[in-house]
Amino acid sequence: MAKEISRAKYNGYFKTFGIILLLAGAVLKYLSTLENFAGKNAIWNINRTIYDLPIFLIIIGLVVALKGFLSKSDGDNVIFSGKSFGEFLTNNAILLAMFVLVVVICILQPKFMQIRVALDILTQSSTKLIMALGICFTLLIAGTDLSAGRMVGLAAVISASMLQTATYANRFFPDLPQVELWMPIVLAILACMIFGALNGFLVAKYDMHPFIATLATQVIIFGACSLYFDMPPNSSQPIGGVRPDFAAIGQMKFWASRNVNIFATKGFPGISILIPIAIVICIVIWFILNKTVFGKNVYAIGGNREAAVVAGINVFKNIMGIFILASCLYGIAGVLEAARTAGATNAYGNGYELDAIAACVVGGVSLNGGVGKVGGIVMGVLIFTIIQYGLQFINVSPMWQQVIKGVIIAVAVAIDLTKYRRK
Amino acid sequence: MSEYLLEMRNITKTFPGVKALDNVQLNVRAGTVHALMGENGAGKSTLMKCLFGIYKPDSGEIILNGKKVNIRSARNAMDLGIAMIHQELHPIRFRSVMENVWLGRFPGHFGVVDHKTMYDKTKALFDDLELDVDPLALAGEQSAAILQMMEIARAVSINAKIIIMDEPTSSLSDREVEHLFKIINRLRSQGVAMIYISHKMKEILEISDEVSIMRDGTYVGTWPAVSLTTEEIIKQMVGREMTNQFPPRTGKPSSEVVLKVEHLTSTDKHSFKDVSFELHKGEILGIGGLVGAQRTEFVEALFGLRGIQSGAVEKDDKAYKAKSPRDAKAHGLALLTEERRATGIFGILPILENAVIANQKNYASLGILNDAKREHDAQSSCKELNVKAPSLATLIQNLSGGNQQKVLIARWLLTNSDILILDEPTRGIDVGAKYEIYNIMLGQIAQNKSIIMISSEMPELMGMSDRIMVMCEGRVTGFLNKDEFSQEAIMRLATMFAGHKKTAA
Repeated sequence: MAKEISRAKYNGYFKTFGIILLLAGAVLKYLSTLENFAGKNAIWNINRTIYDLPIFLIIIGLVVALKGFLSKSDGDNVIFSGKSFGEFLTNNAILLAMFVLVVVICILQPKFMQIRVALDILTQSSTKLIMALGICFTLLIAGTDLSAGRMVGLAAVISASMLQTATYANRFFPDLPQVELWMPIVLAILACMIFGALNGFLVAKYDMHPFIATLATQVIIFGACSLYFDMPPNSSQPIGGVRPDFAAIGQMKFWASRNVNIFATKGFPGISILIPIAIVICIVIWFILNKTVFGKNVYAIGGNREAAVVAGINVFKNIMGIFILASCLYGIAGVLEAARTAGATNAYGNGYELDAIAACVVGGVSLNGGVGKVGGIVMGVLIFTIIQYGLQFINVSPMWQQVIKGVIIAVAVAIDLTKYRRK
Repeated sequence: MSEYLLEMRNITKTFPGVKALDNVQLNVRAGTVHALMGENGAGKSTLMKCLFGIYKPDSGEIILNGKKVNIRSARNAMDLGIAMIHQELHPIRFRSVMENVWLGRFPGHFGVVDHKTMYDKTKALFDDLELDVDPLALAGEQSAAILQMMEIARAVSINAKIIIMDEPTSSLSDREVEHLFKIINRLRSQGVAMIYISHKMKEILEISDEVSIMRDGTYVGTWPAVSLTTEEIIKQMVGREMTNQFPPRTGKPSSEVVLKVEHLTSTDKHSFKDVSFELHKGEILGIGGLVGAQRTEFVEALFGLRGIQSGAVEKDDKAYKAKSPRDAKAHGLALLTEERRATGIFGILPILENAVIANQKNYASLGILNDAKREHDAQSSCKELNVKAPSLATLIQNLSGGNQQKVLIARWLLTNSDILILDEPTRGIDVGAKYEIYNIMLGQIAQNKSIIMISSEMPELMGMSDRIMVMCEGRVTGFLNKDEFSQEAIMRLATMFAGHKKTAA
């Protein structure tokens, strides 16, 4: 029952399907502007049923159609059979499960189909993604980084402590003059990078397992951060009153409508500044991993460390680089967290590293090293956020959310590993 | 009861994109040694993995003792009396020899291991095989030969009726091979059938009763060993006449010295001592010796992988001291290591990355790589070396050993080094690929580059070298010029200190 079709015809399906979606979206969008369906006296208010579905349909249609138009048409023939269908299922199991979940949520709670919700999900994913991109470097060399979360806390505390308004009563440094915005930020990230260098040194110089090296560093960082946080006059008070220009780094929104209110379905909620920041970092990391000597060396060291030594790769330098780059990203995430929440305590970032590792692993990064792609990590992070946000949306208890999260990690990795198992 | 102990009929196995086995058959009689031969990639290992339950054939049947069997796993195969001794052994290094032998079947009651019984059984087993090893010694401290014997003991202990041996002699010295053959003969007389995979013609003709030959995933035929000659086997394996094992050598090395080594001594006092020689431009210097002669250790030290206590090296009349492989590379040295899988290939990376990894700096400006240039170079050098692969994106672990080796050679040729150190360049590689590698070597010599080649295969050593330096227990015991080459002369130098116990392992 296997059926074989040419690649050109296969791409044709994408084009057709994409255009159908696009048109369907356009028609619905048009309908929703008509008085009969959307007006005050309409019997059935379409906007209260499908919300922003037309726009989503148009976007999805565009992506699908573009895939059809941009793929090469001279590739191998595509085979449809029970086997290829099974492969498709295992290769995309988590994505498909997520799709089903999203559809179910949309039916239960149509409010989920809003641009606002999508933007919220992207915003919430941003800092997590930056963390995950950092930690993926350490996973790629078959290591790990347990100090990531505490570095977020360190960067948050340092940056927030130096960027309080002059008039705030409980200033961390009462006599500190108004400094340039970038200075404390750079200082916070540098502090993280110093600890990153310590991680790298322990791993590269003494061949220490990253689990142990970063565990030690994690404890040191938390202690050091707490000591700093406990300095008089602050004495472990949560840091608040941050400068508006600093808070803007995490809170600013582009193109937001003026009269938007939280529950309204009208008005554009605006794109959080965190989204473009995460996108830029994503592109930079993709470039580093795929287009630079350093990136190739990371994959090589993860793939076969002994062979990398023989091939003349400076393993010491590269491992140092990996941990320092990773800690730089944690530092950025920490600063953004402080700015977004307009404050900081030494408890910030606790446990973030485990979420980041889980997202990487669900995104196809192998803990055995050498395997992992930026695209996968983005998917991994999005999957977690969407599921968490979606479950909250339909009022699933937070305890059940934890259970589901754990199941996802186990199932995703199990499916991923069956791909590499015996043929 | 059928005439054969084992019959494999019409076995077919397909991997994505490759038909690894196409209607292959194999019939083995009890109490015989059955050699299975073929170039790398001919499907020998795949066939054996099907027999041992590691792969599941797409079609075909396996008949054991006249009964059709369905082998689902290695455990299942062992229960049926089939044992396999893999080419590369992976013992549990930090456990004792006896625990390795009885792994998975520890004697005992209710989950409590009976160490005394285990020790006695192991001792009896070893005595039977004339193996002088303490069952309590750590497996990681044993030589490759002992580990091989340990695996055989394990096979005997499960009462195996069929033992598959995949290149059992590839890391054994001649003396150790003799011991192995003694054991094989003993097992044969007890009615055990052995399937013996090897590339070494001499061994095959000496030890086996019947020879089956495969080519490109198909079955060519089976002959009694006495009716075959080396030339005949090669002809059947490659499907064409191969008159010369080595390509003709034209030109002579120049008298110009490119590398001068004086009294080089290792920091490890059990390793090489006082090694001195000169390497000329356009010369192939062979290094001969037995296992344990410290040849690999010596070249690794030259490449900056091991410590040097004293002595001096001059490269192009300038003092040279490699602290790391990076140093060595910068000075124009290249090392093709002995352990291809452990220290050569990046299995999960594509051919492209494997080929250019040592030369990345030349493709980068400010650390950013020029992909077009990388691909161009990898493509052209893989083509030049005749690497057989669907594309540069193919993972190197999916290639045959010979093709992997060619990619590794491409890696070092791209660095444009002027001294190539090749450590067992053709180990585990089929005849056709060997010939191609010899041609590549001569091509380098013609460009006035120099080669140091370690080889344990006498014909290769004598066929390719301009000069042979022989080592024994870490010392240079002599040099032979082309007109003095003979197996006897090399053996004499290689066993100069053979009274010692170390070489007699």
